[in-house]
Amino acid sequence: KSPETFLFFIMIPYTGEFLSMVGVVGLEVHAQIQSTSKLFSGSHVRFLAPPNSLVSHFDASLPGTLPVLNRRCVEAAVLTGLALNCTINRKSLFDRKHYFYADMPAGYQITQQRVPIAVNGMLVYSHFEGRRRNQVVTKSVKIKQIQLEQDSGKSLHDDEQSQTLIDLNRAGVGLMELVMEPEMCCGEEAAAAVRELQLILQALGTCQANMAEGQLRVDANVSVHRPGEPLGVRTEVKNINSVRHLAKAIDYEIQRQMEVLQSAGKVLNETRAFDSKSGNTIPMRDKEGLQDYRFMPEPNLPPLFVYESKASVPAGVDPAQVVVIDRLSAQLPELPSVKRTRLVETYGILQEHSFTLVNEDGLMDYFENVVQTTKAEPRKVIGWVIKELMGNLNSQNLKVSQSPISPCALAELINLAESGHISSSTAKQVFQEMWKAPEKTVGQIVKEQDLWMINDKEELQKICRRIVDSHPEEVNPNCIKALILASETFITQ
Amino acid sequence: MFCKCAARASRALRPTHPRCGVLTLPALSDIGSASGTSWSRWTYKRESSNSAWNSKVPQIPTWEPVAENQLPPPTRVSPDLVDKLERLALVDFGSKEGVDCLEKAIRFADQLHDINTDGVEPMDSVLEDRELYLRDDMITEGECAEDLLQLAKHTVEEYFVAPPVFIFNAGNIPLPKREERSSMLKHSEF
Repeated sequence: KSPETFLFFIMIPYTGEFLSMVGVVGLEVHAQIQSTSKLFSGSHVRFLAPPNSLVSHFDASLPGTLPVLNRRCVEAAVLTGLALNCTINRKSLFDRKHYFYADMPAGYQITQQRVPIAVNGMLVYSHFEGRRRNQVVTKSVKIKQIQLEQDSGKSLHDDEQSQTLIDLNRAGVGLMELVMEPEMCCGEEAAAAVRELQLILQALGTCQANMAEGQLRVDANVSVHRPGEPLGVRTEVKNINSVRHLAKAIDYEIQRQMEVLQSAGKVLNETRAFDSKSGNTIPMRDKEGLQDYRFMPEPNLPPLFVYESKASVPAGVDPAQVVVIDRLSAQLPELPSVKRTRLVETYGILQEHSFTLVNEDGLMDYFENVVQTTKAEPRKVIGWVIKELMGNLNSQNLKVSQSPISPCALAELINLAESGHISSSTAKQVFQEMWKAPEKTVGQIVKEQDLWMINDKEELQKICRRIVDSHPEEVNPNCIKALILASETFITQ
Repeated sequence: MFCKCAARASRALRPTHPRCGVLTLPALSDIGSASGTSWSRWTYKRESSNSAWNSKVPQIPTWEPVAENQLPPPTRVSPDLVDKLERLALVDFGSKEGVDCLEKAIRFADQLHDINTDGVEPMDSVLEDRELYLRDDMITEGECAEDLLQLAKHTVEEYFVAPPVFIFNAGNIPLPKREERSSMLKHSEF
């Protein structure tokens, strides 16, 4: 649903008063840092492992243990901050956020509430509009801050036995919390922003950003108001497991709040959970009032300093031991937006195609490979890659790396079609045959099924005459002429 | 006994870092360990040091009580606030005496308002002059599930066990009711 649809929905049945209500969405993203060990301890970071096997004494909050900050996590936060155009705070501080929950044995979480590592950034994203979804609209959302914090363990709710089982493997894993300003208006924008963020994090290698595996967790703060008026009461929506669910949850919540206000009700400042089965949000916490986290400075950690360049590292400190921003800037890889621009400029393909190439893991390399091997124009190759290749991969739920047709084979096929040895529709047929029998070469398949294009006029006429003669009652002289002409470009079998 | 000796034996205390005014004591090993070292050795060390006697500890008490009118109005802790604090911090104020004790403690801390802190940056860590040590990203711990699990009275198949938490509920560990609490306290030290 585009932003316009919301206004449209409201206009139809309701009075003019509510004509201009719009949704306001702000996202809070928790990205699990891709590191070998945890944020403050040396235990392994891994998704699947026997319960409580990746837990150190510090992670279990045993008395007498102290946090020791992992340099890789700081570098990941700085890299992410640089990629999102943030200002990196040379000095940042750690705090304790207190609340009681069984999967957080310390009773507090070490986070960076007062002075986080990066502030004031911007995420530029695009989404498609228009009837045919091919008009690219570029938007941006301000990033308020990026902070380092600890993840909690996992709770497994066993309602039958009336108990909760706690696995602390995830407790202490490093997270980057990205707080965005409430500048988005609907589920589609939020989904597009999160997709772009996923691509950026994956390109940087700081987070694998797989929402289904919990590597990227998104909470949405949703409210509604009339533009120009103060912001409405917001609700927080949690328990969102995919980008599609994110869009659905936000759109449902905006709709729900508008309906509440229309029936002269009040929107409560509460936390709601998204139920993927029904597509609704359900209230999550009972009437407790706002949580008070009693923030206090973390007494066991001095301020974190990051340095501009090797020259600004103070004497007596080993430069290899500290985080130097220059060094990290030099390591920044090519970001998705730059990749897309480069593809459009180098190959003259459409913008929407550049999105598909960059979104799909490995597709850009595949495409560039084919272009280099074939004589055909990139614009022709892109059609093959996006329609034929992606069509087959999607229908069988395969990744680009699992494609039975290699870039060389596809290049060969395209060459044959370009040189006129086979027609374009034959080529598509051959493609499907190659998919089924990847061990055969293009040449073999064409030969086996006798798919060579017949260009000899005499031969074509002979074939046409044969067909016409066998169906005398349907003969029409004009048809014969048309048939001969047409047959010069069609396959004969 | 140890405190007096240490005070006499300490050398000049000077700030190590201009920005924080933190004073460092010379390493204890320089002076010699407190126990087992004779008095004569300490006096020798003291006389041999050339630094001026510059202790920041006042020689006579300088304590001045702060007048009531200089303090902000006293803070009253309402029963609602007591309930909220009990829930947030999982503490038990016990009774009226507990609340009175808290109010007196707040009053004592109110004296801080009397101090002029213009131009002084707040210190939030006594470690502010130290370089925060950054660890290499290597696996050095873990794989001690057995040791950790044996610390818990009740475990289920290598998981710790906690009371049930309804997903659509607060998630806070609920406080036992007042009657239960008093019987729990009977067995505690406080």
